[in-house]
Parts: sequence; C-alpha cells; structure tokens
Amino acid sequence: MFLRLLSDIQWRAAHPKWRRMTSSQRSTSTTAEPHPVSLPAQAQVVICGGGIMGTSVAYHLSKMGFKDIVLLEQGRLAAGTTRFCAGIVSTARPVSIELKMAHYSNKLYQQLEQETGVQTGYMKTGSISLAQTQDRLISLKRIASSLNVMGIPCEIISPKKVLQLHPMINIHDLVGAMYVPEDALVSSANVSLALATAASRNGVQIHERTSVSHVTIQKGQVTGVETDRGRIQCEYFVNCAGQWAYELGHSGEEPVHIPVHACEHFYLLTHPLQEPLSNSLPTIVDLDGRIYIRNWQGGILSGGFEKNPKPLFTEGRNQLEIQNLQEDWDHFGPLLSALLRRMPGLEALQIMQLVNCPESFTPDMRCIMGESSTARGYFVLAGMNSAGISYGGGAGKYLAEWIVNGYPSENVWPLDLKRFGTLQSSRTFLRHRVMEVMPLMYDLKVPRWDFQTGRQLRTSPLYDRLDAQGARWMEKHGFERVKYFVPPGSDLLDLDHSKTFYKPDWFDIVGSEVKCCKEAVCVIDMSSFTKFEISSTGDQALESLQYLFSNDLDVPVGHVVHTGMLNEKGGYENDCSIARLSKRSFFMISPTDQQVHCWAWLKNRLPDDSNLVLEDVTWKYTALNLIGPRAVDVLSELSYAPMTAEHFPSLFCKEMSVGYANGIRVMSITHTGEPGFVLYIPIEYALHVYNEVMNMGQKYGIRNAGYYALRSLRIEKFFAFWGQDLDAFTTPMECGREFQVKLDKGIEFLGQDALLEQKQNGVYKRFTMFILEDHDTDMDLWPWWGEPIFRNGRYVGKTTSSAYSYTLERHVCLGFVHHFDEQTGEELVVTTDFINQGEYEIDIAGQRFQAKAKLYPFSSLFAQRRRKDEVELSGYQRE
Amino acid sequence: MLAASCCDRRMCVCPGPRRIAIPVRSSRLPLLSDAMPAPAHLFPLIRNCEISRIGSTACYCHHKHLCCLSSHFAHSHFRYAPQKKFAALYRPKEHFNHFIHARDYASTPQRFYLTPPQVNSILKANEYSFKVPEFDGKNVSSVLGFDSNQLPANAPIEDRRSAATCLQTRGMLLGVFDGHAGCACAQAVSERLFYYIAVSLLPHETLLEIENAVESGRALLPILQWHKHPNDYFSKEASKLYFNSLRTYWQELIDLNSGETTDVREALVNAFKRLDNDISLEAQVGDPNSFLNYLVLRVAFSGSTACVAHVDGVDLHVANTGDSRAMLGVQEEDGSWSAVNLSYDHNAQNEHEVERVKMEHPKSEEKSLVKQDRLLGLLMPFRAFGDVKFKWSIELQKRVVESGPDQLNENEYTKFIPPNYYTPPYLTAEPEVIHHRLRPQDKFLVLATDGLWETMHRQDVARIVGEYLTGVHHQQPIAVGGYKVTLGQMHGLLTERRARISSVFEDQNAATHLIRHAVGNNEFGTVDHERLSKMLSLPEELARMYRDDITIIVVQFNSHVIGAYQNEEL
Repeated sequence: MFLRLLSDIQWRAAHPKWRRMTSSQRSTSTTAEPHPVSLPAQAQVVICGGGIMGTSVAYHLSKMGFKDIVLLEQGRLAAGTTRFCAGIVSTARPVSIELKMAHYSNKLYQQLEQETGVQTGYMKTGSISLAQTQDRLISLKRIASSLNVMGIPCEIISPKKVLQLHPMINIHDLVGAMYVPEDALVSSANVSLALATAASRNGVQIHERTSVSHVTIQKGQVTGVETDRGRIQCEYFVNCAGQWAYELGHSGEEPVHIPVHACEHFYLLTHPLQEPLSNSLPTIVDLDGRIYIRNWQGGILSGGFEKNPKPLFTEGRNQLEIQNLQEDWDHFGPLLSALLRRMPGLEALQIMQLVNCPESFTPDMRCIMGESSTARGYFVLAGMNSAGISYGGGAGKYLAEWIVNGYPSENVWPLDLKRFGTLQSSRTFLRHRVMEVMPLMYDLKVPRWDFQTGRQLRTSPLYDRLDAQGARWMEKHGFERVKYFVPPGSDLLDLDHSKTFYKPDWFDIVGSEVKCCKEAVCVIDMSSFTKFEISSTGDQALESLQYLFSNDLDVPVGHVVHTGMLNEKGGYENDCSIARLSKRSFFMISPTDQQVHCWAWLKNRLPDDSNLVLEDVTWKYTALNLIGPRAVDVLSELSYAPMTAEHFPSLFCKEMSVGYANGIRVMSITHTGEPGFVLYIPIEYALHVYNEVMNMGQKYGIRNAGYYALRSLRIEKFFAFWGQDLDAFTTPMECGREFQVKLDKGIEFLGQDALLEQKQNGVYKRFTMFILEDHDTDMDLWPWWGEPIFRNGRYVGKTTSSAYSYTLERHVCLGFVHHFDEQTGEELVVTTDFINQGEYEIDIAGQRFQAKAKLYPFSSLFAQRRRKDEVELSGYQRE
Repeated sequence: MLAASCCDRRMCVCPGPRRIAIPVRSSRLPLLSDAMPAPAHLFPLIRNCEISRIGSTACYCHHKHLCCLSSHFAHSHFRYAPQKKFAALYRPKEHFNHFIHARDYASTPQRFYLTPPQVNSILKANEYSFKVPEFDGKNVSSVLGFDSNQLPANAPIEDRRSAATCLQTRGMLLGVFDGHAGCACAQAVSERLFYYIAVSLLPHETLLEIENAVESGRALLPILQWHKHPNDYFSKEASKLYFNSLRTYWQELIDLNSGETTDVREALVNAFKRLDNDISLEAQVGDPNSFLNYLVLRVAFSGSTACVAHVDGVDLHVANTGDSRAMLGVQEEDGSWSAVNLSYDHNAQNEHEVERVKMEHPKSEEKSLVKQDRLLGLLMPFRAFGDVKFKWSIELQKRVVESGPDQLNENEYTKFIPPNYYTPPYLTAEPEVIHHRLRPQDKFLVLATDGLWETMHRQDVARIVGEYLTGVHHQQPIAVGGYKVTLGQMHGLLTERRARISSVFEDQNAATHLIRHAVGNNEFGTVDHERLSKMLSLPEELARMYRDDITIIVVQFNSHVIGAYQNEEL
C-alpha cells in the first residue's frame, strides 16, 4: 500500500505508554473492537481532528500549560488530507500573517525530530519559484522583499542559476526565478505523529476511532461534545475537522458556519529515475505552468492547481469515501503536459501512481481560525487551501494562544472566522467560489483583484440604476459596491488584460470622479456599511457604550462621534461613527466586514438586560454619500432647510425630509474629510431620494462616483482604515488619534489602562504618511500594501495601504514606523523627532523610492478650516 | 453510370424532383461512392460556375434564405426541364452529357475544402434545442427536452418540423414533415396539424369555453406553446383562413359531443384526416383573395408526409403517414444501444401497404397501381397530405385548375393527370398510430425524414445518439494499475483521448451530431472531415443528387420520472 510509503507509523514506538494503549487497535485495524481506554467524562479542551491542525493545536496547548486536553480522531491519526499531503514547507506567501505562520512551522519542524525522536523526514532542500513572464517576476520580487525584511534568506535569480540548482529544468521560457534556500520537505503524516507524540507526553489524551456527532452549546457557550463513545463535558472545543469542518459545524442545534469546501487535488508519484534524484534537490514551483515538483524517493512528486477544478462533497458525504477517490488522468493531462515541458527528461520515467487527495478551500483563499461568533469556546482551525503543512505549526500556535490568552500574539484578522457570516455558508456559493479559488492559487495576484463568482448576493436597491450608468463592481462581505463608473463610449480592458502592477486603465476615470468631489458634488452608494442600533429604556445604553468605546458618547442628541471600540490592550477591535439619536438610543456605523465580528464583540460584552436592545439594521437603510462643496446646495434645495455650517455643523445628525420622503437620517460626515453629507434612507425611499438628488444635482454638476475615488480622497488626508491600517494591535495613540480618546470622561472604559500607560511611556510604532518623491506614476510599479519602509537605509516597518492622490499628484502610502535598536533589534519608543529626522524609502518589488514622511495631513487639503477636534479622522474601508 | 443516374434524377416533372420522379432509389449509394473519389468531376464545375458562390455557401448560416440564391443559377439551366417534361424524361443522358461537357474545359482540377468552422456553421444553421423547464429543481415531465436540426438539399428545403407543448391538456407534440412537389403542403401541415390534434384532445368543456371566448371576442385560451427555430415561420396571410377551418372543426366536435373521454389514438387519426380534408376543401372552394387562392391551391397540389409523436407521461403515441420514421433508442442492461421502430413506412417496400392499396382498387388496376416502386409509377410515399392529384376525380381537378389563377394554369405539373387514373382517391392521409408505454431503458426518440434513414441504419442511429447523449462516459477512465507506463506514454495517450473527445463535443445538439455522421461517415463509421466538407460544398442543384433534405428531432426522456411512474403503478 502506497500510504505506507509516505508515513511509516513509527511514532507509537517512540512512546511506550501510547503503544500499550493502542496496541490492540493496531493489530485489528479493520474490525471494531472495544476501546481499551474509555473517554473521560470531562476535559478542559476537546479537539476534534487528528490531522496536522489538530495535533499542532494539542501540541501547543499542552506546551502552554493546558493539561486537560482530549484529542478525538474519527479514523486514525494523520489519515485525512494530512496523509496525502505533498509535504512541501514553503514560506513564499503573499499575506504577511501566512508568511509568519509558515516561517514558524519551518523552524518548528526542523527541531521536531530531535524533540520527539520521531522521524519527520525533514529535509532542507530550498524551493525555486519560476517566472515565465515579467509580471510574474514582479510578483515574486514583491514576495522576496517581504521575506528579506523578515530575515528569511531569499533571492531573485537568473534562469542560468536555476539550471545550476536543478539540472533537469528546461529554462528556455523563463525570465527569472525566486530561490528560498530554507524551504523544506517533510513527511506530513510523520510531522503530525511527532506532534501527537509530544502532546501525548505532555498529557494530552488521544483517542482514535472516535467520532464527534455534535457539540452542545448552551446560552452561547460550549458545554460539551457528544461522541459515538459517549459525552465529554468541556469548556473549549476546537474544530480541526478539515474537509468535514463545515458538516461538523452544522451538526449541532445551533450551527457554526465554517465556509470550507473540498476540491479534488491530484499529484503524481513516479518510480525512481535511472540515476535516482538526490533528495536535496530543491522543490520547483512553476506557477505559470500551474505545477509543483519535488523529489520523492529518487523519483518525483508533482501536482498542481488546474484551471478547471473538481469540487466534491458539496452535499456532504460519508467521510470514509476519501480513501476511494478515483485517479483521473484525463483531468491531470494539462498538468502532465506542463510537467514534461518543464522537465523534458522525464519522458521515460515510469509512473507509480496518481494520487487523488481532496483539499479544502475557503472563499477568499485564506485559512480560517478563531472563535465562533455565536458560541463562546467554539474554536475553529480549518480550510488550509492546500497549504496545511506550511501553516500547520504556526496556525496551531496562534490558535493555542487564542484559547489561552484570549487573543494570539499577532494580528490574525485576515484569517479570523468572523470575517465570514452565514452568508458565505451556502453550499452553492462555496462550490462556485472554490472553483475560482483553487486555480487562483497559482494565478498572478495583482492589486485590486475581485472574485468573479458568488457575486450579486447583497445589493443596494439602486444596483440596477447604477449598473446601467456604467458602474464597475467589487464585492465586500457579499455586498456589491461600485469601484468607479465607466463613462459611455470609453473602452476599458477586459478582465484578463486589466491585470497590472503598473498604472491601471481606470486612472483617468477615477481622477475625474475625484475632481468632481473636490469641485462640485458626487454621490456614492455606501449601503454596505454595517449599521447597528443600540437603545434602552433607561440609561443602560449610554452606560454600556461609554464602557465599550473610548470617546465620550455623552454628547447632546444629534451629535456624531468618531470612536474606536478598543480591547483591553487599547487596540482597535472596530472603528466606528456613533450618532446619538435620542437620550437613550444610538446609531452605529462600522465597516462592512465588521458585521459579524462587531456583533459578537458587543453581544458578549453588553449586559444581559432585556431592556437593552441591540439591533442590526444594516438591511434597513440605503446610504448615499454626497461629497463635495455643492452637496449643501443640493440638499437644501431638496429639503427647503438651510444646510450651511451655522445650521448644520459638521459631525451632526438630523432626521429630515428629502424630496417627498420623510425620516431620512442626514449626517454631516463623508468619511473622506471633504464637506458633504451621508443620507441614511429607509430602503423603500432609496430610489426616490436617489432620483431627486440626481435631478436636483444636475445644475451643480453632480455625478456618480465609486469607492476608488473615496479611497484616494481618504488616503491623501491620512485617514486610517480599520482592517487595513488599524487592527487589534494598534491603539489610537499610535495613529495620532488621541483626540478620539477621552481618558478623563469620568467613566472607565475598555483599554483605558493600556492607553494611560502608553501616554506615559510613549508608543512603539507610529502611523505615518509617506509621499513618494521620485516615483513616476506612468512608468513605475505602483505601491499596493505590504511594501517595506526603510529609514536611513534600515528596515522600520511596512506600508498598510496606498493610493494615488490626484490633488498632490503623488502616490501616498500609509504605514507604521517602528524603532528597532541597531544592535539588539529590540523595539524602542518611537518619538515625533525619530519620525521627522529620517530619510525614508519605500521598497516596491525590490526598487526603492524616496518618500517624505508626515505625521499630520496637509491642512491645505481640507476645503474648510475646522477646529482640530472636529476633523473627522475615520475610515472604514479596506481594499 | 454516373452520368446516367444523375441525369435521371435531375430530369423531373416538377420543382421538387425526387418523390414524384422516375429513377430507382437504390442507385443513390453507388452513385455517391463513384462520385466521391473523383472530385474532379464536381469541383471544376463549382469553380467554373461561380467561385464566389462557394464563399457564400461557406457562410450559409448567416443567410437564412440562401436557398433563394440558387434560383438564378439552378433555374437558368434546369427551368426548361418542366417544359420538355416527357421529352426530358426519356432523353436524360443526352442532356446531362451536355451539362458535363459544357463545363469540362476546366484546366487543372482544384481541390476546395471547407474549414471545420465553415462546416460547423453550415451544420448548425438550423439547430434548435429545447429543455423542459425545471420547477423546484425538478423536472416532472417524462421529457427532458429535445434537439432538432435540418440540413437542406432542396432549395428551398421541403422538409418542415414542429414541436409544441399542449397547454390545455398534458403532453408534448413533435413532428417532422417531408414535402414533395414544393414545400407548401409541408409548411401548412407543420403549422396546422398540431392545432387539429390539440383540439381533438380537448374535453368538451374546454371546447365550449374556447368557442364562447371567440364568440364574445374575449382572449382565447392558449392551446399550444410552440418551440420554434427562428427559421421556422408561420404564414401570416393564411392564419385567418386556417383559424376559421379549425373553428368549424371544433364547432362540429362540440355538436358531436360524445361525452366520452378522448382517446389519443382516435384523436390523432381524426386530426390527420380532418386536416387533409380541410386542405382539399379549401382548394375546392377557393378564396376571393388571389394570393390566398393561389396559396391554398399550391398546398393542395403539393404533398407532405407526417410523422408525429405525442408524449404524455409514459404514454408515447406515434402517428405516421408516409415514409418518415420514428425510432426509439433503448439502452440494454450491458449499456449497449438498440433501436425499436415506432412507425411503418408507407411505401412500396412495405408489403402490407402495397396490399392495402391493391385492396382499395379494382383488380384490373393491380398492375398499374404500383410501378417502379411508386404509386401509379409516380409517387413514392403511399400515404400523404395534399397531393389532390391522387385524390380528386379528373373532373374536379380540371375544373379547379381551369378556374384557378393563371400561375396554376401555366404549371405543367398541376395540369398533368397521372396515368391509369381510374378510381380515385389513390391516396390517403390517414395515419397508422403506434402506442408505446415508456420504460426506464427507453432513453430517446428519433423522428426523422427519410433523408436520414436512407443513409444510416437505425441501429447506427441508436448507437450514435445514445453515445452522444451519455457523453464520454463510455470512454473508460485510464488506470495505471500494475502496468509499466512512462510519463511520455501517458502524455501521448491523454493527448489522443482529448482529440477524440473534442470531436464528440463539437456538437451541442444531438440532431446536429447525427447529421454530421449521416453526411460525413466514412466506411469505418467515423466522421471524415474531407468527405463532410465535399458534401456540404456541393452547389444546391447538385446537392439534391447526393442527399435528400434531412430533418431530425431527438427527444430525450427522463428515466427517473418514467421509473417513478412505473413504481407508482406497481
């Protein structure tokens, strides 16, 4: 049996106690026999799934001091996807947090054999990612930049160098490659078994052939686990069930939505070459050919991510069928062609087997970890998008930290389960989306990429109207939002050709929208924002909010307050605008993707009081943002009410009539720093109000605009976005928002102590704006985000977002500056002087551009002078 | 041989030559095999006629009525045939030789082939697919949908097809109609027959309701939902006339109210007979509008066969008049395909049919009734709509023709009375109806005009359609197993398999796929592109010598629904 080849079950031998426990099972692997060890009645943590994820979580939890841990596996340890995994540990990941996880995993696996005595087959071979096109080379250079600043050796090499490293490669069609010498190969099953061995030594109880039927949840808290061998009471449950995570999540009375879907994944195993391949030959990743090739027992192992994936288990299946999946040579054909093109010398190599190993994919190609929004204590780690072995160690560590400390030591929002809600949990949606995601693994990843499948789920009532006017759409949390409007007659490139790292084709279109925002008035449909209402019979609402938010919310009725929703460490859990509608009710606006996370955060922290009501009213209102100096005129003509600054000051909220429609919530904010208003319109009036605004606005030169214009406006004014610039590890002090924190408001609030401490001791990173100096917008690569920042030639941090400012006619990058000690690398306090006294450079795909650093926005950019504390500094959007 | 038979075919007494012409049908295949290896005979011809016309043939599909293009050429050479009708009939060779020689001065023969996309655009010009819509993700109909297509050989094509869903009763109607002596009759039958059938099936109350609606000028209940290709047209001018005839029919049905539930078999027979009767009557009565008058006469003097299927749940009725054919595709337990005939051809090859005709006429006519496998030595189908020349008395024919419009009088064919015409009618439109209860193994039904059946055996039709509908699944997946296979070998194997699959999936329409095989099959039973290209690039006036109009409807059944019906009954 081939499976033996990949995973020699040696780990039990390494641990006598375990051998005793399971010896009877081993000898009769096919017949069900009474289990020698009965399940405990209770445990602190129950982990479901004995693959790389489950064992890694168990390993790290037990290392962090948790003793009472039970790991349940329905079959045998490391028997699912983990056993079939190709075993490539690769750190070349575009997303920074994924890169960190992979880096940690690599270090962990390296010493695992020594630690546990279990052979893991760890072999440091390095990996070479090939580029057949210049665009591909740019994307590799970007990754190389971020690897280098993390201290991971990595270099861009010429095709000739590739040939030296791997003599079998056909290099004729290559333009370059990226070499990561520390990437490694492992036997994934054995890594998993080694982790299990170590965990077991640390006291983790491992039970094979035990399947979880469902998890019991009471009052939003995990209470126990029902298995086919009885019940275990527990405080924490960790769903590491891989492909079956979705089904397991849905098995209980209260479903936990885990949007993963499996696709068949094929790889080829061959017999050894005549002259067996050395086991130290680097792994080849031919992205443009969609394949990877590693050495395997003197032959090769090669698989890939084809253009036409085969999703499976859509309707849920008997788990055991995973063993019986068919080889499909016809499907593998194109990948085989790519392999023989890359290594023509393999023609005569004999096939051993084509392995069909399902992998689970997620809707956005990032893995899923974290706590459920509906059940406290229900943790998930799944959906590895076929990089399970690369992420395994790091992901397990972060999840363990999450359970033990309440949050991981890094910002894992990009991977947080709460970025998804019920709306991503339709099987049809997942099936369609993963068919797009899987080929995307090896597709060229350019800035501003939008998924094409699973679209038009949530739309504004104005969708058709805007679409007819040339709107181009992107999607956020299932909601369609306008990027920009293509004027009639202008020709944009089609989707495939519009992919670029340089100046995009919409540059002039967005420029004219920005100009209109500056000089006349634009309307942007911003209905996607998350909208909550909090009200109470007495003062409960105010009291709770005063505790949960850093700014002072005890303001006169009709005022709008920008405030952070901070955690204990003072970091931003959410950044929002809150309008006081009445003494006892508040209207809260947060970023689109906060719908699940913010809801859970508030639900878990608001007192359990029936007189205090939290309601999600996102679907009730359409939001129209009128931006520009003439917005005042449009609105006053439509409402016969004076809208000038004396009557309607900035950061103000009033219900009024617009056109025939009454009860429109008008707020004098625009989320851009430009003058204007946002109208919150009950949806049945949306079309009416939109038509009225457009008709009336005609004489003021009104036009539609999209989010790209909004983004350019916001970034040039140094507005931070939550989710992009701000995260749970960023405090208001670090991004120049002290004025949104009222330390003296008289009521203790969450994060206050941490902020006080920061105020005294200073901050260790500082949000800074950079204006690119010698950057040619037409000819040079555009910044995106994640570009390293250099101060006086030394790495100090990374950018978090960027945009072209049509006003400054320069690129603006936002990012954090750290102060690392030159000798020790220790983080030091960042002072204003430190920022101001540096020479800065931004590294875009290996090329450095001079940048000017600023801590405050250009005041000249604001149309009207305002008091400093009135300046709205808020941002909600991520790219 | 080649010249002789070509010439026979060509020398005809009417614009629609074959059905009412002399030559023996079986000469066709040898002819084809003679001709094909010798393109020099054909292609210089094309070259010299008008090279540009080949171009226009290539973009055939873009010009729906390209058939008209033929007129200037075809007629310039062949129009005079009717004028010399009998002379031509007996001096064919001479004429054709002249034809060949006149064009034999071509210099070097030049090969001309249509590219695969050009071939496809010709084949797909008339294809049509209909899928029965699903409700709640389920299709409760026993029919999944149908594919249809036609390939013209005549210009204009004389075949017609129809498909419709009955809205006031259950069931779906599908039919193919092969016209002769022009397309007028086939056109009329394709428009009208389903209404006659639907009305025959309607219960008394619904008929009353419809009549009341017409009476009071209210909106009518829709009776049929048509599934038509854009090229399938309805004649607007005659709709009023047709409607009135139909109304008279249902009024009679109302008066006759038998109170019994309508039997499908009976309804089909009645509808066929009634429509033929109406066609005949309309021609006798005439119409004050001269255009309409000419139209009804053309309908009556031309003819058409009809092969109609009515599917309602597991009940499949096929009513057939003439020599089109219905065939059921059955998948055996081992996965192989077999064919079951659901109609009998009404022609000289059918002994029962010959017997019937002889029974209906005096013994004295026995010898003249069927000559050269044709009715009265002229007509190939033994049953048909229209063709009043074989139905009316000589007096009636003369009266109608004389009082008819000038165009009719100038037409030699209409004036010509068949030889040995003593005891009309010699022809009937009454169909033979076969009822079949669908079983889960019955996967599809093919209705096709004889253009298909004379080039392909039904067994091959069943196999080709069956394999097409089930896709590539019959191609066994490759398993390496214990064999020693190298990467290079596997690569070659996969490339070859892909090429094979792509030829299957060239067609999205089962009928198109079948036509491709019917026209392009070589001796190995696989499509030969070169042959296909040659056949399709024949100029219209030659095309008719090598193939007939082909019209095909492939109805796919829903085995799940049929299985469920069966289980209910058990």
